[in-house]
Amino acid sequence: MTEQSRSPDLERQVELMMRALDDDLTAEERAEFDDWLAQEPESRAEWKRLSRAREVTMGMKLRNPPEEAWDGYWTSVYSRVERGVAWLLVSIGAIIVGGWAIWEWIGALLEDTATPAPVRYSMIAVFLGLLILLISVARHRLNVSKSDPYKGIQR
Amino acid sequence: MEIARAAGRYVDASEPKLMGWAGLGDSAAFGELVRRHMRRGYHAALSLVGSHDDAMDLSQDAFARALKHAAKMDPERPFYPWFYQILRRLCFNFLRDRANRKRLLDEAGGWIADDPVFGGAAEHPDGWLHREDARRIIVQAMAGLPETQREVLVLREFENLKYGEIAALLDIPAGTVMSRLYAARQGLADALEEHD
Repeated sequence: MTEQSRSPDLERQVELMMRALDDDLTAEERAEFDDWLAQEPESRAEWKRLSRAREVTMGMKLRNPPEEAWDGYWTSVYSRVERGVAWLLVSIGAIIVGGWAIWEWIGALLEDTATPAPVRYSMIAVFLGLLILLISVARHRLNVSKSDPYKGIQR
Repeated sequence: MEIARAAGRYVDASEPKLMGWAGLGDSAAFGELVRRHMRRGYHAALSLVGSHDDAMDLSQDAFARALKHAAKMDPERPFYPWFYQILRRLCFNFLRDRANRKRLLDEAGGWIADDPVFGGAAEHPDGWLHREDARRIIVQAMAGLPETQREVLVLREFENLKYGEIAALLDIPAGTVMSRLYAARQGLADALEEHD
C-alpha cells in the first residue's frame, strides 16, 4: 500500500486501524471499526498482527542518559559554534595568505633568469596541475556528499 | 548579585522573549532555550539514530547550527518545530552514510529500556515469543525502517505526540502521518511474524 495509490476507503480503514491501536476512537468510530472487522477476516488478521507489534512497543521507552550528561551540554554547544567561527577565520586567512604566496612565487620564478625557461614553465605547470587536481577532488567529494545515490532506495 | 539577576531574567522569560533576544545575538538567551529543549532534542535524535553518543553529538550540532541562524527565528512561532527541522536533517544525513547505518543496525537496542509500567518479562498472551525476544526483534526492525516511517513511529510511540502534532511538526498532511505510521507498524508486525 503506497501513499499515492490509496483510495479514500482504504484511507479511512488505515485511519481507523491506527486510531484503534492508539485507543483514540470515539464510540461511533469504534462501532464502525468493529463492523468492518466483523465483515472482513483479512482485516481482522491484520488487526491482530498490528496489535501484537503495538503491545511490544508499548512496553518500550527511550533510555535516559546519566544526569551529568546535561551539565556540560550548553557549554559544548557553544564551543562548537566558537570552533566553527575559528575554522572559518583560519580557512579565509589561509586562502588569502596561500594565494598571495603562490602569486609571489610564480612572479619570482618568471623573473629568475638563472633557471632555464623550460624548467621554470614546467614547474609552474606541475604546480597548476596539482592545484587543479586538488580542487577537482574536493568538488567531487562535495557533490557526492550532497547527493547520495542510495537515499531514494528503501529497504 | 548582578549575575544572578541576569540569570533569573532568562530563566523566567517566556520562549518568544528568549527567541527575540537570541535573534539579536544574545547567546545566553539562546543558552536558556537549549536548556529547555535539550532533553527533547536529544531523545528525538536518539530515537532516530539509536545511539547515545551519536544522539548527543547530533543534537548539540543541531543547536550549534540553530544558534548560527538565530537571526532567522520567528519569535511568534514556537522554537522546537523550527529546531527539529535542523535536527532531523542532520540525523537523516547521518543515517544516509551507509557505514553509520550498518553500525547502528549491528548495535540496535542499546537505546531502548523496558517501561516498568508494562513489565519486562511477561509472556506474550499468544505464547509466540518471550517479550525480551519480541523487543529485540522490534528494535532491529525499527532500525531497518525507512527514515520517514521510523520518524513518525517514534514521535507517536516515544514522544506520545498526537497525529495533528506530528503533522504540524513535520509539515505534512495528517493522512500521510497515518499512512507512514501504518507502514511502519506493518514492518514491525512482519518482523515479528518472520520470527514465529
